[in-house]
Amino acid sequence: MSTLNVDTIDMGTVVDHIKAGKGGKVLEILGIDKDYKHRIALVMNVASKKGGTKDIVKIQGKIVDDKTANLIALISPGATINIIKDEKVSKKFRVELPEKLDGLGTCPNPNCITNIEQCKNSFTKVDGANYRCHYCERKFQADELA
Amino acid sequence: MDLISIRDLEKKEIKEILDSAEEIEAGKKKPDLHGKILATLFFEPSTRTKLSFQSAAMRCGMQTLDFSPETSSLKKGESFHDTIKTVEGYADVLAIRHPKEGAVRLAADVISKPVVNGGDGGNQHPTQTLIDLFSIRKIKGKMEQLNVTLMGDLKHARTMRSLVYGLAMFGSNVTLVSPKGLEMDSTYLEEVSKKFGLNVKMKDKPEYADADVLYVCRIQAERFADPYEAKSVQAKFMIKKEDLKDAKKDLAILHPLPKINEIENSIDEMPQAQYFKQAHYGVPLRMAVLEHVMKR
Repeated sequence: MSTLNVDTIDMGTVVDHIKAGKGGKVLEILGIDKDYKHRIALVMNVASKKGGTKDIVKIQGKIVDDKTANLIALISPGATINIIKDEKVSKKFRVELPEKLDGLGTCPNPNCITNIEQCKNSFTKVDGANYRCHYCERKFQADELA
Repeated sequence: MDLISIRDLEKKEIKEILDSAEEIEAGKKKPDLHGKILATLFFEPSTRTKLSFQSAAMRCGMQTLDFSPETSSLKKGESFHDTIKTVEGYADVLAIRHPKEGAVRLAADVISKPVVNGGDGGNQHPTQTLIDLFSIRKIKGKMEQLNVTLMGDLKHARTMRSLVYGLAMFGSNVTLVSPKGLEMDSTYLEEVSKKFGLNVKMKDKPEYADADVLYVCRIQAERFADPYEAKSVQAKFMIKKEDLKDAKKDLAILHPLPKINEIENSIDEMPQAQYFKQAHYGVPLRMAVLEHVMKR
């Protein structure tokens, strides 16, 4: 089996155990676009030791904060965030679906007032991976909000 | 306090409002809100909700301020948020209707005065639900174990969504009758069933032989891509005098109004037609609501 080598980073973030196929969306959440100046690696559909396949994202020069970690949780709960400083892992944590999302995510209902007026979104976890919009009261799957 | 969604109310609180409306309707009680001002801000058309809010306020001794979107600074591009923040300083309680879902919740979040939802898009219309529950209890003497059939466009009618919630809370047996494609959202029904143990039946043809209450709402032609299909579905779901032969003698027909062509005009004079009485109950019920939100 061939090996895919990706350079190490000295300062930045590695997001591992991303649900296969969601790596691109993680980059989008991190605000990475074609104008980003540092090195980025997106590895998709690699074998996971836990079984199945996963995506991995490595970004030089960007430290993921808690707010962004919550957004990543919406599309890939269970992903792990490794914060790299001086080429070493300075912090590692697993993202989990938060009970409440304030000022995060977008309501997928086009008729929801939050898509018309400037206001802070708010969602509450109601069951499993479902959230209810505080405003339009509709229920959505977590990954629809990211 | 605010009244934004039927979800915000406990069964005990609903009973308190219905009991209060009952006393008001019987002339045993009259809320005194003298010196207070109600502002009605309706960003989309209304006949019954707005007028009955204003009538209720006047009967409680209040004065009313009416906001007209057509002649307001909305025309200059003022936001909903800024409009609400401004009116907060002019009134003691605001009744709002808005085409966008969640708009009234947003209003309640940004001001400190009580806010009552007069309908927000396809989401909620809690005072209509209270009127419906009040009408059913008043006409049938109870809500528990009643067979209530809801018929029409159950997908888009906000009154129906809220009403299913209220009926489930009070233990009615609910049958939903709607044309294919206009059924009530299944995730919403699952939620209500899980919360209150609602046993709901679904049908796609008009059937109400075992109904104690038949609650009808409009099927809008614009929901159909094909105008011919729209006409044929509307005709199939129209209630005619002869259809009532097989119905229970004491069936109560309710409708949030406006009705267009879903109930034959000749039914208006029949004892089963209770929809105008239902609309009139809007006044004592909204008097009870105004008292409820102003005193908490």
